[in-house]
Amino acid sequence: MIDVVVMFFLLGLAAGLMRSDLKLPAALYESLAVFLLLAIGLKGGLGLAQQPILPLLPQLALVISLGAALTLFGFVVLKGVGRLNRADAASMAAHYGSVSVATYAVGVNWLSSRQIAFESQMVIFLAVMEIPAILVGIVLVRGMGKDTQWGKLAHETFLGKGVVLLLGGMAIGWAAGPEELAPIKPLFFELFKGVLALFLLEMGLIVSRQFDEIKKRGAFILAFGVLMPLFSAALGLFCGLLLGLSLGGLTLLATLAASASYIAVPATMRLAVPEANPVISLAAVLGVTFPFNVVFGIPLYHRLASYFHGVF
Amino acid sequence: MTIHTELRTLLTAITEAAVEQVLLRDLQQLGIKAYTISDARGRGMHGLRDGAWGKSANIRVEMILPRPQAESTLLFLQEHYFANFAMVAYLQDVEVIRAEKF
Repeated sequence: MIDVVVMFFLLGLAAGLMRSDLKLPAALYESLAVFLLLAIGLKGGLGLAQQPILPLLPQLALVISLGAALTLFGFVVLKGVGRLNRADAASMAAHYGSVSVATYAVGVNWLSSRQIAFESQMVIFLAVMEIPAILVGIVLVRGMGKDTQWGKLAHETFLGKGVVLLLGGMAIGWAAGPEELAPIKPLFFELFKGVLALFLLEMGLIVSRQFDEIKKRGAFILAFGVLMPLFSAALGLFCGLLLGLSLGGLTLLATLAASASYIAVPATMRLAVPEANPVISLAAVLGVTFPFNVVFGIPLYHRLASYFHGVF
Repeated sequence: MTIHTELRTLLTAITEAAVEQVLLRDLQQLGIKAYTISDARGRGMHGLRDGAWGKSANIRVEMILPRPQAESTLLFLQEHYFANFAMVAYLQDVEVIRAEKF
């Protein structure tokens, strides 16, 4: 049975493909994104308050390396097999090395509706994994030269709305604790699923607009959009096993690795590597990888995680 | 009452919302102190820009300037933005009152 929130995604997708005039206001889309980021941050912070933070540092080093490795791998494939030019290959690889909050939210929802627990630090992984891919992507194009304005880029990367809201929400959840959070719980925790459903309805509409581009670009984009997340999920699972994560944690780390950014990375890459064509990356990420992950990927990653969790 | 107007040049740039911050920084460095920004939608070489979400949003930046500054700013835009960003920019003569403002 398909998850109910995914049904909303499919509704948006179908409406968009049939050229319905259905349209959500852009301001609502932005507001829903803010809500999801804060809710995910708050929940993670609440969990983190109940455990020591220091042991997490080596884990962070591993997931940062994971993000960087995925970007490098994507770059080699896109440049070598896909024959993209250096800027396009690096920019698109950065999308795939980074993560998607929406995909993560669908993963969290998938696990919660099956009462599968996962580690609280997953939300830190989510915040941290946005960043290394962007830096690696830029270095692949520009080198470490002086041409790049690193100060400006660091500002955009670390103070992007995603990172600010996730880490900010986490800090509030961590500092406030369960009793202080109780009054806002009905809004942020209990409405999560409903808000996610609305957000995915809009995502469906956005995804439907990418299909013309995919038709133009052909089989390579389609193949890369499906095979890259499968490879990434496998590498994510491997890292999760090294970290000794629970079944839920393994599933989420695989989902994170498999997901590709469509907010933070395109915005930063557009300015840092303006010669890269943003349309190719967004078509692959939104038109192929996002739908693949939310409809087929997450259940598949969970199945793989169950298999390996039992073996090791 | 007769109205006394003077001629100035209106420079309009329609471009991707993604470049707003960078563009404004550049305009400031070019000595432009006043401008108006509005959200814009439309269709062009980069397909439908319907503003449904950040990546498909456009902005329209308008500034009223003395002719030489309007021309040099337009040349700057051509040099730094036209190649890699979706941008349309053009000049128009406009009549203004309180010409010292521009």
